[in-house]
Amino acid sequence: MIEPPQSHTKCEISFQVNGKLVAVRAYPMERLLDVLREELGLTGTKEGCGEGECGSCSVLMDGVLVNSCLVPALQAKGVNITTVEGLAEDERLHALQQAFLDCGGAQCGICTPGMILAALHLLGKKPQPTMEDIREGLSGNLCRCTGYAQIIEAVAEVGRRGIAG
Amino acid sequence: MRARPAEYELAAPGTLSAVLSLLAQEPGEWLPIAGGTDVMVQYSAGRLPSRKLVSIWNLPELRRIETIGGKICIGAGCTYADLCDHDIVRREFSLLASAARWTGGVANQNRGTIGGNIVNASPAGDSLPALMVYDADLILVSAKGRRSASYSDFHTGYRKTRLAPDELVESISLDRRFSGYYAHARKVGARHAQAISKVCFAALGQLADGVVDDVRLAMGSVAPVPLRLSETERLVKGHRIEPELMRLASRTAAAEIRPIDDIRSTARYRAAVAGNLVAEFLERLSVRGRTI
Repeated sequence: MIEPPQSHTKCEISFQVNGKLVAVRAYPMERLLDVLREELGLTGTKEGCGEGECGSCSVLMDGVLVNSCLVPALQAKGVNITTVEGLAEDERLHALQQAFLDCGGAQCGICTPGMILAALHLLGKKPQPTMEDIREGLSGNLCRCTGYAQIIEAVAEVGRRGIAG
Repeated sequence: MRARPAEYELAAPGTLSAVLSLLAQEPGEWLPIAGGTDVMVQYSAGRLPSRKLVSIWNLPELRRIETIGGKICIGAGCTYADLCDHDIVRREFSLLASAARWTGGVANQNRGTIGGNIVNASPAGDSLPALMVYDADLILVSAKGRRSASYSDFHTGYRKTRLAPDELVESISLDRRFSGYYAHARKVGARHAQAISKVCFAALGQLADGVVDDVRLAMGSVAPVPLRLSETERLVKGHRIEPELMRLASRTAAAEIRPIDDIRSTARYRAAVAGNLVAEFLERLSVRGRTI
């Protein structure tokens, strides 16, 4: 006889999101992606494939790019998360957001938050990336609209002007 | 997502010894999860074999790289990014560094671990052929103690290993004696980034007086386990690299692998590629391999 699955209780998990300390009640195996979107209302982080192939759920965890669909909520305990909502200051867009607008790097927009976070991570490691660096840095983020050229140009532009901040 | 989070337990005791005592209490009940790049995919698809998970992500005991004498000891919890960033790994174990750079995109390289690649035991694991040719030893740890196991026969069948239910891979020990060898790695997939391999290949070789003094070849995605090409190695060793030898080596490699048709490729294609990769390596070795 197959036992019915046991239901476990939620636990309190606290961490920082975009510089603000938050505490959520979540199942430990809930995906960080769902906690961000459903519990915290941060819907800038998108779900594409849900299996780590497309990068649309990319966030920074302690400054490191991760796919939030593959992070169990409990592993986010005590970390510092940056989502796309954390980039603009008041009404002023982050240089990468502005460059994506200026260069036509966003069309349908589903991949854009992930692209921008992957670019932010790249520019943190390599402030003046080559085209090859950019392609490699964004290689885990899929876009089905732009053909990538404008996205790569947007990141290159920020690198050239040294304004990633 | 097909899984219901409420039905799963996840413990994060925070130290290696606490994880090991949990594994010892109920051997086989707890599934270790590190960066989740494989486990979370199976979980979301509702295909996880266990409902009890224990986090080993970022345990300091598993996430360090040390050099001890003529060996380098890589903690099983090191990520692909950790490997790419490490000077000695990049300089002396270029096959491993290349494989780390080819695995997934940046986000997966930041979370996927070398130990995870080993115990996930997919025949397509990109770092596994490199570990074969570098003659890796695994240090396995449980609440009872440590033991060393040769990596060469660690995989016993499709997704099966010699790891006991209460054990973890603690570290991977690699001898630095191959640093002077000519090293060659290739991954053949549908696209450059983020693709799972149709065939992946790691090779080391050294010439002496124009003759192949030593050669070590391994392939992934061509058998139920990552495979050392022993017959091809025997055929080539002690000979000059000439067109006839290359043709024979290609044929031997294509014959000694056990490829299948699957969603990524066909057995016929894989056999042809395997032969070509061996020929390509030998050609490059003949030109660039260091002569001692």
